[in-house]
Amino acid sequence: MNETPWQGYLRGDGRKGVRNVILVVYTVECASFVAHAIGNGEDNVHVIGFPGCYDNQYAIRMILALGRHPNVGAVLTVGLGCEYTQPAKIAAAVRESGRPADSFFIQENGGTASSVALGKQKIAQLRAEMEQRVQLVPMSWSDLVVGSECGGSDGTSGLAGNPVVGAFFDLLVDRGGTAIFEEIVEMIGLRPILDARAASPEASQQLRNAYDKTDRYCREVRQYSVAPGNFAGGLTTIEEKSMGAFAKSGTRPIQGVIRVAERPPHNGLWLLDSVPDAHFMQFGYTNPNDTEGIMDLICAGAQIILFVTGRGSVIGSAVSPLIKVTGNSITYNRMKDDMDFNAGRILTGETTLPVAAEELAELVRAVAGGQLTKPEALGHREYFLMYKHQDTPGLAAGCHA
Amino acid sequence: MTVSDQLLTDPPVAFQIGAEDNVATLLRNAEPGPVIVRGSTGEKQLAAREPIEASHKIAIAPIAEGANVIKFGVVIGAATRAIDQGEWVHLHNCRSRLDVRSNAFDVHTGVPEDISYE
Repeated sequence: MNETPWQGYLRGDGRKGVRNVILVVYTVECASFVAHAIGNGEDNVHVIGFPGCYDNQYAIRMILALGRHPNVGAVLTVGLGCEYTQPAKIAAAVRESGRPADSFFIQENGGTASSVALGKQKIAQLRAEMEQRVQLVPMSWSDLVVGSECGGSDGTSGLAGNPVVGAFFDLLVDRGGTAIFEEIVEMIGLRPILDARAASPEASQQLRNAYDKTDRYCREVRQYSVAPGNFAGGLTTIEEKSMGAFAKSGTRPIQGVIRVAERPPHNGLWLLDSVPDAHFMQFGYTNPNDTEGIMDLICAGAQIILFVTGRGSVIGSAVSPLIKVTGNSITYNRMKDDMDFNAGRILTGETTLPVAAEELAELVRAVAGGQLTKPEALGHREYFLMYKHQDTPGLAAGCHA
Repeated sequence: MTVSDQLLTDPPVAFQIGAEDNVATLLRNAEPGPVIVRGSTGEKQLAAREPIEASHKIAIAPIAEGANVIKFGVVIGAATRAIDQGEWVHLHNCRSRLDVRSNAFDVHTGVPEDISYE
């Protein structure tokens, strides 16, 4: 594996990013058109936002995690003017992290046209300030946080797509890097296996708690994460599907469980729990789509995401580049413009898992060094922030210190 | 030969993940007859006893009734009847040890059969 450092972007808070993104954040759906119009035609400007006119704590934690993400160099928040979520407070928190940030309300400024003009003017100022502040510094594997997610799975995902990501995670963790996997609803049936992977008694307790909550969740909503399409596709039980999904965690010890918008307290392999906690709306809804899971991983500080899809997918992501991996050579050939890595070659006997993992590491390194992924080159910048509830960790417990 | 053509080998290939697995996953549809099992223990040949679709599992060893069905080196379910080498392993002869609804689905389509639409 190539150990030569590459150039990254050093932020005021000491974190290092692989992209230099200016983030435009809208704080209610009513401001989304203006926010997108501000970003339109601007280099390296990504737009995210929260649709609701209700300041959901979970969503605000996500917005703050994205605004202070290592790949983000500056933030502009845009509100309508009457919503609960406060653009100025978000901008202030981002400024405290050493990143230039600004905000405004559309109602205080005029209408669509004048707000778009003001936003573009502010982007120019933020860009100038960001370029003045940012330093290019050497980055190595130990500075990298990589998340993994799967969606549109098929029979090859558990055979090749997820295992190659798992084998890469082993390489990354062995070099001092940080790897995050999620989809705990697809770990049902694997409690003893999870337990055996715990790095410490504390990690073991966290894994058990997360597992038990998820098990209760599956019982209460009366559904395991396995659907008719999975059965038709040859998966027989939730245990089988779980193990195929779990393969993307690799084999190294799990340091513990983080919750959405938390950062891993130290390097190594971590499980992200994105299952809602029970509250006044019971469990509410979980994991509505792949993009939500991807945003959860990015909120944990992942600078790059590996997305495994057997059937194929045409999503990308805001803030962090998405690398699309498929274990299906037919899907790869059919969707070549969208797919970054063909792990299906393991199944055809053209390559082996260890060799493919090294190749994937090379690709991750190139992307970290600035090479655009297929979704990035196509202009994909999907995002999804939703209402959800997770108990807000206390300051001491916040990082499971 | 393109990459996708290589999946359409004759005889069909079934991929075995763990050395201790008693099932392997077919990479293309198989008719009764020879199947090559490829994976962690090298290559061997066995006979499919019935048609088995791509991505579905073939028993690569006999599995007794109640015994564990093993894939990825882990237990993915239990045999609900004795399964011969070469048989299709799915909802009709394997159940989850957790999911009580496990066998309430059509073996071919996966569509639930325990919900009334009347």
